[in-house]
Amino acid sequence: MANNVVVLEGDALGVRRRSQWRYAARRFFANPLAIVGMVIVTMALACAFFAPIIAPYEANWGDLGRLYVKPPSPEHPLGTDDVGRDIYSRIIYGAQISLKIALFSQALGVLIGTALGLIAGYYGGFVDSLIMRFVDVFMAFPLLIIAIALVAVLGSGENNLIIGLAAVIWPGVSRLVRAQVLMLKETEYVSAARLIGVRDGGIMLRHILPNLLTPLIVFATLGTAGVILSEAALSFLGLGTADATTPSWGKMLAESRAFIRSAWWMPFYPGMTIFLVVLGFNLLGDGLRDALDVRAR
Amino acid sequence: MTRYIISRLLQLLPTILGIYTLAFFLMRVLPGDPATFIIGVRDDTEAVDNLRRIMRLDEPLLNQYLGFLGDGLRGDFGRSYITGQPVSEMITTAFPITLRLALAATFFAVVVGIPLGVIAALRRNSFWDNVSRLIALVGVSIPVFWLGIQLQILFGLQLKWLPISGSSEFRHLILPAITASGGMLALLTRMTRSSMLEELNQDYVRTARSKGLRERLVTMRHALRNALLPVVTVWGGSLAGLLSGTLLVEVIFNWTGMGRLLVQAITTRDYPLMQGLIIVLALLYAGVNLMVDLLYPLIDPRIRYGK
Repeated sequence: MANNVVVLEGDALGVRRRSQWRYAARRFFANPLAIVGMVIVTMALACAFFAPIIAPYEANWGDLGRLYVKPPSPEHPLGTDDVGRDIYSRIIYGAQISLKIALFSQALGVLIGTALGLIAGYYGGFVDSLIMRFVDVFMAFPLLIIAIALVAVLGSGENNLIIGLAAVIWPGVSRLVRAQVLMLKETEYVSAARLIGVRDGGIMLRHILPNLLTPLIVFATLGTAGVILSEAALSFLGLGTADATTPSWGKMLAESRAFIRSAWWMPFYPGMTIFLVVLGFNLLGDGLRDALDVRAR
Repeated sequence: MTRYIISRLLQLLPTILGIYTLAFFLMRVLPGDPATFIIGVRDDTEAVDNLRRIMRLDEPLLNQYLGFLGDGLRGDFGRSYITGQPVSEMITTAFPITLRLALAATFFAVVVGIPLGVIAALRRNSFWDNVSRLIALVGVSIPVFWLGIQLQILFGLQLKWLPISGSSEFRHLILPAITASGGMLALLTRMTRSSMLEELNQDYVRTARSKGLRERLVTMRHALRNALLPVVTVWGGSLAGLLSGTLLVEVIFNWTGMGRLLVQAITTRDYPLMQGLIIVLALLYAGVNLMVDLLYPLIDPRIRYGK
């Protein structure tokens, strides 16, 4: 079966009947890599939501009785860190902060980017040029550098991390949305809506926005992979959450650098976790793109 | 062609202005007053006032901005809060070190990625094709800093083949370059493969084959040449990733380049240094993108601009 190479004729613009979603779901589940991605992402989310239930130890409970750094053992499957804390439990708790920041900043960035992209594409003219010049300036920077600068200036902490990361997400979203809107606003159903007197806001929200959904879902899923990497990079550079006791994958990795000679498991597992979760989001995003037949990126 | 180059150069002007403006206002959202920050907790109003005058902080915002633009465009980013050295000097010292690493990483990505992509396209579903898919997938998902640490542990500490820090000799370059090349390698491999597959299906390839050209000539001289254009396009896009990757890699391998400087600026809250670095990095990025754009017509004579 050539399930995952099926290219649907037609476009993402037309009316999608419910059956289209069923076809998409069938294509998605015929793709083993997409399923792997979905499983990884689901597991990561489960860790974030149910950390206190899943984790065998508390995040900051340290086994100070014996040697602090301990290699993996049945008691501590991924070993313990320099103050005797269970790395397995800390990774599970770390999902809370890493995923929260990634998902919130992604949501904020997509929201702002979609709004601006809709307005720029729909109204055109001066508003369009103004918004797109802003986008150009942001895109002129290597994005991680802006995030680093913003968080460094605002100060570390969850909210500032989310703001800093969202600031580098929105320009790409705006570009994507604007390009789609430019095509969509020439369609007949938009002209028809305008003819019967639907107001601009109604056309944008009720007629154009729903058609942006599939490219945005794909873009946001693939983007989340990138945000998790960026968040880890910022934490690694010491710009993560301000709270010293909250475990985050990037921070665990940064703290482990002093111990690479004595405790290989300290850097290995947190980094492996970041890698797997990012891989999961990438596989899921690729799978969704193929199944929904959109060209994002 | 000349007109294209000129118009492309003119397009760079608003970008440069935007970079400076954004960098200026980025540092203005700082809570508190830089002068008070430098003088520190000592409650010395006179010293603070003096410093405010020197730093032009007592002037209206517009004057500050214009002064900043005037100095900045001439490459004067002020002095470091911490060392008192001119920021431009510190960046000039660090720049070649970062450049060396970035070039080495690019070299590695090109030398491995493009041939691998070609082989993968020619022998579909072979071992090398699977390797290329794996690299494409892993390369975009792996955190560079983690990859760096694992390479240090494996090749530096366990096998003792290569040094894990320092930047003086060629041996020091190998691990950091491989680490920093990850994302670009993934992209080049994937793009070369898919672009090559597309070209191999073209009519001119069939023509070349049917007139009896050797397969090697068909693939290398005909298909590959055309396949490289989209590769160059995405390559330009991956430079931002390479740049940020390089900065992280410097931290891990103790290179005294711009990445280390940036981390130093962050930890000591050395804002002029941070500002200067951000501007230089953005200018570099814009410059390289310009170069990529100017390269297209050289690679693909079908493209003629400025008509």
